[in-house]
Amino acid sequence: MSVELDVFVGNTTIMDEEVYQLWLDGYTVNDAVKVRMEGGVMDECEASKDVLLSDTMDQYRTFQMCERLLHSPAKLANQLLFQIPPHRQIMLIERYYAFDDTFVREVLGKKLSKGTKKDLDDISAKTSVTLKSCRRQFDNFKRVFKVVEELKGPLVENIRQHFLLSDKLARDYAAIVFFANNRFETGKRKLQYLSFQDFAFCAGQLISNWTVGAVDNMVEDMDVDLDKEFLQELKELKILITDKDLLDQHKSLVCTALRGKTKVFIEMEGSFKNLSRGLINIAANISLPLRLYPCRSDRWSAADMKLYLTHYTNSAHILDTFKHQVVWDRYMGVVKSCIFKMYHD
Amino acid sequence: MPGKLKAKIVAGRHLPVMDRASDLTDAFVEVKFGNTTFKTDVCPKSLNPQWNSEWFKFEVDDEDLQDEPLQITVLDHDTYSANDAIGKVYIDIDPLLYSEAASVISGWFPIYDTIHGIRGEINVIVKVELFNDLNRFRQSSCGVKFFCTTCIPQCYRATLVHGFVEELVVNEDPEYQWIDRIRTPRASNEARQRLISLMSGELQRKIGLKVLEMGGNAVVGYLQCFDLEGESGLVVRAIGTACTLDKLSSGSAPNTNTHMSPLAHGCRSTHNSPVHSVCSSQRLSQNFSVSVPTLIFTGMGSGGSAGKEAGPLRTLLRQQTQTALEQREFPFFTLTSFPPGFLLHVGGVVSARSVKLLDRIHNPDEPETRDAWWEEIRQEIKSHARALGCHAVVGYSESTSICEEVCILSASGTAAILNPRYMREGCLDIGCTDHRFEEPSPPNCGFCHIPYDELNMPFPAQLTYCYHCRRQKVPDVLFTTIDLPSEAAVAGKGCLIQARLCRLKKKAQGEANATAISNLLPFMEYELHTQLMNKLKLRSMNALFGLHIQISVGENMLLGLASATGVYLTALPAPGGIQIAGKTPGDLSSEHISSIQKRINDTIAVNKELYQINPPELAEEGVGSPIPEPRHRSRLFRSHSESSDELSELDLSHGKKDAFVLEIDDTDAVEDIHSLLIDAPPPTGFYSCNTENMPGISNWTSGVQMFTSVRVLRLSNANLTNQGLNKIFTDLCENLLKSFYFKLRSMIPCCLCHLNFTVAVPEEELIQVTVTAVAMTYDKEQTQEKTAEKPINKGQSLWSLEAEEQLQFPLELCADSSSSNIQTASKISGIINSASVDYGSFADRCSTWLELLRLKAHTIRRGSVKTSRRTQSLRSHIRAHTPPCISVTVVKMTPLSFLPGTRIIKYLGIINMFFIRETTSLREEGGVSGFLHSFIAEVFAMVRAHVAALGGNAVVSYSMKECVFMENPNKNQAQCLINVSGDAVICISETDQESSASTANTGQTGGSETDGAT
Repeated sequence: MSVELDVFVGNTTIMDEEVYQLWLDGYTVNDAVKVRMEGGVMDECEASKDVLLSDTMDQYRTFQMCERLLHSPAKLANQLLFQIPPHRQIMLIERYYAFDDTFVREVLGKKLSKGTKKDLDDISAKTSVTLKSCRRQFDNFKRVFKVVEELKGPLVENIRQHFLLSDKLARDYAAIVFFANNRFETGKRKLQYLSFQDFAFCAGQLISNWTVGAVDNMVEDMDVDLDKEFLQELKELKILITDKDLLDQHKSLVCTALRGKTKVFIEMEGSFKNLSRGLINIAANISLPLRLYPCRSDRWSAADMKLYLTHYTNSAHILDTFKHQVVWDRYMGVVKSCIFKMYHD
Repeated sequence: MPGKLKAKIVAGRHLPVMDRASDLTDAFVEVKFGNTTFKTDVCPKSLNPQWNSEWFKFEVDDEDLQDEPLQITVLDHDTYSANDAIGKVYIDIDPLLYSEAASVISGWFPIYDTIHGIRGEINVIVKVELFNDLNRFRQSSCGVKFFCTTCIPQCYRATLVHGFVEELVVNEDPEYQWIDRIRTPRASNEARQRLISLMSGELQRKIGLKVLEMGGNAVVGYLQCFDLEGESGLVVRAIGTACTLDKLSSGSAPNTNTHMSPLAHGCRSTHNSPVHSVCSSQRLSQNFSVSVPTLIFTGMGSGGSAGKEAGPLRTLLRQQTQTALEQREFPFFTLTSFPPGFLLHVGGVVSARSVKLLDRIHNPDEPETRDAWWEEIRQEIKSHARALGCHAVVGYSESTSICEEVCILSASGTAAILNPRYMREGCLDIGCTDHRFEEPSPPNCGFCHIPYDELNMPFPAQLTYCYHCRRQKVPDVLFTTIDLPSEAAVAGKGCLIQARLCRLKKKAQGEANATAISNLLPFMEYELHTQLMNKLKLRSMNALFGLHIQISVGENMLLGLASATGVYLTALPAPGGIQIAGKTPGDLSSEHISSIQKRINDTIAVNKELYQINPPELAEEGVGSPIPEPRHRSRLFRSHSESSDELSELDLSHGKKDAFVLEIDDTDAVEDIHSLLIDAPPPTGFYSCNTENMPGISNWTSGVQMFTSVRVLRLSNANLTNQGLNKIFTDLCENLLKSFYFKLRSMIPCCLCHLNFTVAVPEEELIQVTVTAVAMTYDKEQTQEKTAEKPINKGQSLWSLEAEEQLQFPLELCADSSSSNIQTASKISGIINSASVDYGSFADRCSTWLELLRLKAHTIRRGSVKTSRRTQSLRSHIRAHTPPCISVTVVKMTPLSFLPGTRIIKYLGIINMFFIRETTSLREEGGVSGFLHSFIAEVFAMVRAHVAALGGNAVVSYSMKECVFMENPNKNQAQCLINVSGDAVICISETDQESSASTANTGQTGGSETDGAT
């Protein structure tokens, strides 16, 4: 005796958020049943294991049927097959496009190609995110990337409109797209301690200040490609370290301002040259903006760092022979906020 | 009378990719009606084509308008090869044919393909212009309204109830035609869908003609069924109740009297012509027939006490009524609930079954046999009703079960006496005379009073004086197929009671098979009845409503499933307990017996608590009528196959024994008792019933979730016993219920209403159970209120609906002649008298209630002026209030005739759809479950789309009448047929209406409509 067929269809599609999450997380039906049993849902309605199994199967089937629609979320709103209340639709989409920070950290800055997809089982093993879930997340990145690649207008807004995502999630996707497009490496050992959110913040800063879109908001890829003219101009900042006078002048100005305000003054004074060189070199070779690392020191507090960078930036304005004030501000504004973000434990 | 049908194809969206090379589609549309076809231009390389076509005009007879659907085919243009069909949409244009319903069909329809399912959507506008409105009723039956609802539809009033209408049409099933061997499955499915659509249209038109002949304008309780008889053909049959309905408008003072026209003869079908062109269709014939002895379910018990003689006038009146009804061939009513006062007495359930052998006949001129079969069964039902002293049958329905060439025809209903006041024209005067002589029957217990003569009872029954009015006799148990009358006095809550049974039978052919089946039937009926009775007692209840017994036949077994809603009627005596007895007094296992006895007693106590059955204690003294003699305990026999001799008369009462005893004489008996106790009560927060209203719950909130569930079990063990099968079948049903409770747990407190179980044996070792029901949330706080107070319970949908019905009554009385005033007075005093025992303050309440109703009348009047205006603006409201990204109208569906918290303001027409889905890639579609899951979802989607296109936002009285599933996993194939029906309506939120009526602000409506979808 066996159950040959077992379906339950509601006029309003019934979905359990907990089961949806298990499905998204790539649990098999049997594993999901186990998790639910441990969660104590059986006590709620005097349910048995069979009931739970049948319910889980039904829901998994429903989600599988919905998945096609979730690939283009706009369809979910005007399709006729499932009657899903609007707030549920939003939940479905938001959760489908949600991702694990540990997973995204692994693929951030990598090319979203077949090659990377082949590595997913390694990533799955490393992050203990199920392979199924890894695939979904990877495909989501790729899908969003593909759609917004050819669109004009602001990146975040495009993502939000095309995938009906919340502002927060749309910004995260913008960061992922940005990193994937520019192939900024984030896998360096030194950067391991940084979370996805740290990178997302930096990407946000870069998008709003350094891209083509920052000056012209009607070109293609405006928020994905960095402003090339700006990058050219950045090279000219080198004068701050190549010109000995300028360097000394700058140093004395900063040191005057800092003296007596911080415990690590001696160290700041001593490492000024290196620090300045580090910062300016990044500007000259922007493809790796995340070399900002040299600023990090065990003994400096976040406040110290802030103080130092503020004076470092402001002092440059006072330098007579330094003519690149606009570029300097555009550069240092982003660098400053990125460093602040990264400067945590 | 000709008319002009106009159709315009606007656009398509989400079309499938038909050209792999370009990932696009070159779509165009063919619009076909009758033999005329139009085409749109090809919209190249688009998955979201905009055709914006001209208006395609079809000039046609309205007969065709009724029969034919508009057929829209979406195709992919291919320059070099044949064009590929993407899918089809069939639009039934019937709703456009009467003025009160929809005026235009406009919206997005899913494009459906029988192999691929839904493939995109198409936006279509359809209109009909009928020439010469005045005369069209004469020529065809355009204009007759159809309702699936089995009560008088909410915004109508029945001025006349004409009675029973029936019709059937027969054709050859395209699936079994020779051409099917050479055509594709798609072509075959489409031929079948189209044929059934045509046949339903024809059937509806013919029924409509009969209604017109009788002078009516509507069919209520319209029930249409298909018999897929395989080789021998396809039968589409329908029954209904012809009525003259008046639309309730705010202006005219409603006249409450419903008459039954005494002159109209029940029209019977004459010839069932095959559809149109098909002239050589093979007809069906009967070459073997066994009629099964019929059971009459009523009260059980022993020796009735001698009762009072009925007054001579009363008898006279009864006779008059009887003659009025006897003029009809079949005094049957498919309605299950009635206006207050319509139903006088209820006798009990009457049912008839007959086993027939289907066979092709070779002489096409032979008269139709189907009609004769049904006529035979109806005659039997009629005579059973008469035996119960009743002149009418209410809650009447018919069904069939077919396996190979054997067919079981079943009919059942409730024998009843209807109010003579409703039988004649000009009834007001007579009504007054009636009242002087006939004792007023209190509305809350009157229907329980026995209609038959105590001295000449058709069966032994135990009678007592009514526990309410103490004047007339009532049985100790009452079984009916109707809904609980709204005015009935009940204690506690109701609950779903099911009896389940499996019986193995030998495989056989032809007559031997039919004989075997018909020999088994009486035993099955008997056992089902025994189970029902025991379970009823176990729940400490004394009446069953909505009883539906289905017997389904398979090759090697018969399945029986009886469902009903148990309730404690306070007018009936309290049920005695159940006593367990060993075969011999000094049995060794006496300890065992006493432990079972204890379990039973405990279960009864638990159930009493669970269903809150605390009947009012009767103060025996001070009641004028004689105290009923101490109740005898009736004895209940288990049935054994060996005891067939005793059972030949099917005397279910076992009257003269003095204990309600379950005898344990073998292991089977122990198992039976165990299986009795196996029914788990629903978990806390859940109630269940299979009727329109849940006894004891009325304060619904807006949460509504309709669902369909299908489960198929494969029996792997070939050597199953009856007992083992029973257990499997019972578990199957119980597990389904448990699954529902679990899935719907977020709706607690909630009630599963209208639980409709259908069983089938699709193949030798398969059992299929299909359930459709609706879960509705209610307000827990208010459930504690007494039944008597419910009418005052304002603002709750169900009761305010009812209050409204009743409202017509006092309204008229206030405005009308003095004679009717007397009537009210006496009526009210009747209530007071009857209720004096324990509802001392009822009189006060009653008068305040009348005040309240009067007040409400004004509100409603004002409200309904607004209503008519809002009707037109409703759709725009809905659009306006939905968030911009949501372009799909929310359509609620329910098997009930109402939606809680809302009021139906317009019926848009009947929905009657038939779909076939087939697959040759079963595994790829997720196996049988995946296949059926998506098909059911698609059917829901298509129903919703049609309703939305009609301008509606809900389907009431929805039912899935057929769900035939066939699979062949080895070939990776499956096929499924689904037939659904219901009434498309526009409903508006009750609170909206009230607020707008008082503030005269209509701008607020519609908003809560759309978000209320739970």
